[in-house]
Amino acid sequence: MAGNIWIIAEAWRGQVSEITFELLALGREVAGQAGAPLEAVLLGSNARELAQKLGAADSVLYADNAALADPVPENFATALAQLIKEKQPAAVLVPLTNLSVDVGVVLAAQLGVPFLNYCKDLKAEGGNLTATCVLYGGKMEATVTASAKPAIIGILPGARPVEQGRSDKAATITDVAVTLAAPKVHFKRYLESEAGDVDITQKDFLVAVGRGIQTKDNLDLAEDLAATLGGAVCGSRPVIDQGWLGLSRQVGKSGMLVKPKLYVMLGISGAPEHVEGMKGSQCIIAVNTDAAAPIFNVAHYGVVGDALEVAPALTEKIKARKG
Amino acid sequence: MDILVLMKVVPDVVEELEVGSDGKSLDTSFLRTIINERDDHALEQALLLKDKHGGKVTLLTLDAPDIDDVLFTALAKGADRAVKICGVESVQSTQTAVKLFGETIAKTPGLLPVDLILTGVSAIDDLDGLMAAPIAQQLGWPYAGVVTQVALADKTATVIKEFAGGVRGEYEVPTPAVLGIQAAEKPPRYVPVAKVRAAMKSQTIESVDAPAVEAATTVEVQQMAKPQVTGHAEMLEGSPEEVADKICELLAKRGLL
Ligand SMILES: Cc1cc2nc3c(=O)[nH]c(=O)nc-3n(C[C@H](O)[C@H](O)[C@H](O)COP(=O)(O)OP(=O)(O)OC[C@H]3O[C@@H](n4cnc5c(N)ncnc54)[C@H](O)[C@@H]3O)c2cc1C
Ligand SMILES: Nc1ncnc2c1ncn2[C@@H]1O[C@H](COP(=O)(O)O)[C@@H](O)[C@H]1O
Repeated sequence: MAGNIWIIAEAWRGQVSEITFELLALGREVAGQAGAPLEAVLLGSNARELAQKLGAADSVLYADNAALADPVPENFATALAQLIKEKQPAAVLVPLTNLSVDVGVVLAAQLGVPFLNYCKDLKAEGGNLTATCVLYGGKMEATVTASAKPAIIGILPGARPVEQGRSDKAATITDVAVTLAAPKVHFKRYLESEAGDVDITQKDFLVAVGRGIQTKDNLDLAEDLAATLGGAVCGSRPVIDQGWLGLSRQVGKSGMLVKPKLYVMLGISGAPEHVEGMKGSQCIIAVNTDAAAPIFNVAHYGVVGDALEVAPALTEKIKARKG
Repeated sequence: MDILVLMKVVPDVVEELEVGSDGKSLDTSFLRTIINERDDHALEQALLLKDKHGGKVTLLTLDAPDIDDVLFTALAKGADRAVKICGVESVQSTQTAVKLFGETIAKTPGLLPVDLILTGVSAIDDLDGLMAAPIAQQLGWPYAGVVTQVALADKTATVIKEFAGGVRGEYEVPTPAVLGIQAAEKPPRYVPVAKVRAAMKSQTIESVDAPAVEAATTVEVQQMAKPQVTGHAEMLEGSPEEVADKICELLAKRGLL
């Protein structure tokens, strides 16, 4: 396959994001299959030292520009488009995070190529890229070939283990220049996470509620269970969007990353955006009325049943045991 | 303040989904479709802005089965006008859909000018890219995605974009602009069925012929299948009480009780 395999490194407030290493791990496999070098691209302002963390790549392109200090997707996309035209990579792997997704889609729009979405696996075969993409909230997977040059591919978090993409090797860094005009969209400021009543990332026991909980009143069932376990209640996006729980209780792509000892799920389907935030939990128990819910492929234990019946029964049994 | 909202229907994932006989797409024989959840938020955000500033909310969509239900529901909620682009297959590559929307927006009387075009941030059936950015590119307008708040004043939209861990970013976007909405500031409003029925009687959905555009795609589906699972949960069976007992046992064994 002509051209390098690129991964776009993500820096978030002075740190290389974990997904960057996941992309390096996946990119290494794809580069091997394609017989092409793996190149990481980092864009930033005074961020060259972060490029040194990308030693898993054969080479690193680092573009420094004051306009890349703030998260303005348009600037990042314009910079990448310039580099892509110059260097002609075969494929560009972009992190599917809330931060980087807009860089990928604006880049694809500027280049007039598609942006392959929801990709969880990627292979180079016979000069083509074949991606496995997750559709319908995790209920289906599609095998897709992309003939666009270059293909811009959005990689779901969790595609490969982070550790696999870390390396102590010194990175070979090349400085490259990009020219950026004033963007149409202006970044004003960060809004920090709301001081939550509880920090769910610090809890050993979490009871997570999803749309299956049905009404705000039913949250009491989850609160009772969490209190009995000595933990806290958190939730999936629809529950937060309904205003039933505060933003600080959201688990997933846009919310918190949690790894409790126990994660009990009441009526959560298991969409990739939620799973991203909780898959590292030590023990996952999912209660769902739908035997085909994708969450049963993630959970350690599953119950096909009504969360509104199972939760109170469990609360009672635990109370009885604890005395 | 005039706003154009793009909405589409997607399979209802609460239902069982099956692969069709071609092995590449969904079996549509029993498929139930509903509005893409993010689009419901885009509509709500548009209606919230209309409640505040007045103006007109227009819905624009490609014709698709069940789309009339979605459009009448939106009209019943307070949208002013609904236009569907007819004469094309409902499933399109994003690149083709972008051309269809771009041309239609430019040529259909009364669709422009608007202050904002709102779309859902992404659709659950989307393989080849989010529409909002290329539409913005085609119109030469600014774009912001993953938006959860929009305030309009003076040719500027102040928007909040969501990052991770509860951190968000505030941006200023000159209008007209295209925004991909992740969540509206309030949950989408409820509308009683009677009001939807009334809208069906009193309001009409306009049809416009699809402009002639060249179909384009560089993404091809080879195969569709239910996820191959590497692991599956150990299932606990029985009545809620029996299940609860089993959970207690395994928690105790793990030293969690
Ligand atoms: C850019 C982006 C970012 C996102 N970020 C996040 C995020 O951070 N966190 C997040 O969670 N989501 C996020 N999402 C949304 C995500 O895609 C899903 O829509 C969401 O996770 C679904 O939540 P859910 O499982 O509660 O609801 P649904 O998918 O509607 O599932 C409800 C489940 O409840 C079951 N059920 C119904 N009744 C009962 C009952 N009585 N007992 C038991 N089970 C029952 C149903 O079978 C179903 O499986 C994001 C989406 C996008 C596009
Ligand atoms: N066929 C369509 N009709 C109307 N709106 C669409 C269509 N396809 C995509 N959109 C809009 O673009 C958003 C993103 O969809 P997608 O590009 O498919 O991820 C959707 O949430 C809709 O708001």
